[in-house]
Amino acid sequence: MGLGSDMYRQQILDHYKNPRNYGEMEDPDVTHVGENPSCGDTIRMDIRLADDDETIEAVAFTGDGCAISMASASMLSERLAGMTIAELEALGTDDITEMLGVDISPMRVKCAVLGRQVAQDGVKIERGEIDVDRTKTED
Amino acid sequence: MERQEGYAFDVESVRADFPILDRRVGGDPTTPGEGPEDDTPLVYLDNAATTHTPDPVVDAIADYYRGYNANVHRGIHQLSQEASVAYEEAHDRVAEFIGADGREEIVFTKNTTEAENLVAHAWGLRELGPEDSVVLTEMEHHSSLVTWQQVGKRTGADVRFIAVEEDGTLDMDHAAECIDDSTAMVSAVHVSNALGTINPIRELADLAHDHDAYLFVDGAQSVPTRPVDVGDLGADFLAFSAHKMCGPTGIGALYGRKELLDAMEPFLYGGDMIRRVTYEESTWEDLPWKFEAGTPSIAQGIAFAAAVDYVDDIGMEHVRAHEDLLAAYAHERLSELDDVTVYGPPGDRRGGLVSFNVEGVHAHDLSSILNDFGVAIRAGDHCTQPLHDKLGAAASARASFYVYNTVEEVDALIDAVDEARELFA
Repeated sequence: MGLGSDMYRQQILDHYKNPRNYGEMEDPDVTHVGENPSCGDTIRMDIRLADDDETIEAVAFTGDGCAISMASASMLSERLAGMTIAELEALGTDDITEMLGVDISPMRVKCAVLGRQVAQDGVKIERGEIDVDRTKTED
Repeated sequence: MERQEGYAFDVESVRADFPILDRRVGGDPTTPGEGPEDDTPLVYLDNAATTHTPDPVVDAIADYYRGYNANVHRGIHQLSQEASVAYEEAHDRVAEFIGADGREEIVFTKNTTEAENLVAHAWGLRELGPEDSVVLTEMEHHSSLVTWQQVGKRTGADVRFIAVEEDGTLDMDHAAECIDDSTAMVSAVHVSNALGTINPIRELADLAHDHDAYLFVDGAQSVPTRPVDVGDLGADFLAFSAHKMCGPTGIGALYGRKELLDAMEPFLYGGDMIRRVTYEESTWEDLPWKFEAGTPSIAQGIAFAAAVDYVDDIGMEHVRAHEDLLAAYAHERLSELDDVTVYGPPGDRRGGLVSFNVEGVHAHDLSSILNDFGVAIRAGDHCTQPLHDKLGAAASARASFYVYNTVEEVDALIDAVDEARELFA
């Protein structure tokens, strides 16, 4: 079997069917929306910080899209709680595929990393480092 | 297998001309077909994107490079003469195939998109103004939609869209409203690559001509799949690509009525398209070379004619009958599934493709899972984003058929769709 079958292991399907931390947060410290224009995947990530303004206390997300993008955002929402902003910013594509625990076929990587990209851009916008309305992943 | 008795020709002997159909898939994409994981038979149902290339067409390319590779037109030596004759005669063959009046009416382009851009630039940008309108359909491929949209922005011409009805057909009453005395160009897709709809081109031609407008037909999905005659259609321009009809990529054709092409300025300038050049002035070559600047895609042009020979030998009526059979069967099987939405007209009134969505399964997920079963389909917006917005779907899955596909392959598609439904249930 090829890459695709591995992509739909139970964990991915479980997070897709029962997304964790799904919903919009009241008064988040960071909130941002992004999309994959070619897929139509859309994700909003909300982040609440602890009093130190460094530690991520809780994450919520909403969205619409394929199983890979939704499951990845769901797993990321769990993973991020307790991490620092610096640790979020250091998350690379390899970290995401490791978190998913499956091989992601090249054409689907942009689905897998959408949630991470939205969270990272949201932090940068909050700090005034970038000015974008909506994150758009490139093909 | 009573359905197979309905085949219009010997599909197995056609398949024998396409070695790629025998390969297996499933392995590492960086080592095509070589790994131990390449263990699943290929079911190729992405023919609206590109078709495979039969041995006679591959041979035509190899024969050129091995036997008479040379630049065309300016060489006095024998190889150049041989290449020039073959390349020029390829235009005649393509012209004959669609009922055009010889090579003067056939410009070889890179693809359908370039043909659209040629007319948009050489005619649209020069001739159109704010008082004019260009009429498209809501189901245009981006190749036509984006191109005329940009012409509209630059010239001020009003770009209008004929509405698509619920059943995927054009609202012809709306067409009659959109096309009026301001209309200078109607550009319509013959067979929709997203919905499979076969549009009433002759009616659109009559509407356009009643208002002294031209009709540009996007034949990317129709010329490969059915008999097309520009006279019968009433087309002033027709564009299509070789790679969707057993030919190579990098070559397509623009048909234009001779007097229209004659009156148009060139699109691209350079070598091969000029007759006389001074430091101050240049004059242009005869048709069609006026529109083929620079060294053309010679092998691809010659192979284009070989592809035309190949499908014409099967017979375009037979090709159409085969496409109809497979599309109707796929439509019937998919429509039986409660959680599957099938887009476009009924199975007996469509071209050889079926677009659909499975409830709760994103088209990209579906395509990934189908790939595990060796089934190659396309998932996305099929270069029709505004149409998908209208359908309320970000993406759809599309299975599209060609002469070498079989009823068993449609069954394999349905089996794989069932697996995906179970996985996501």
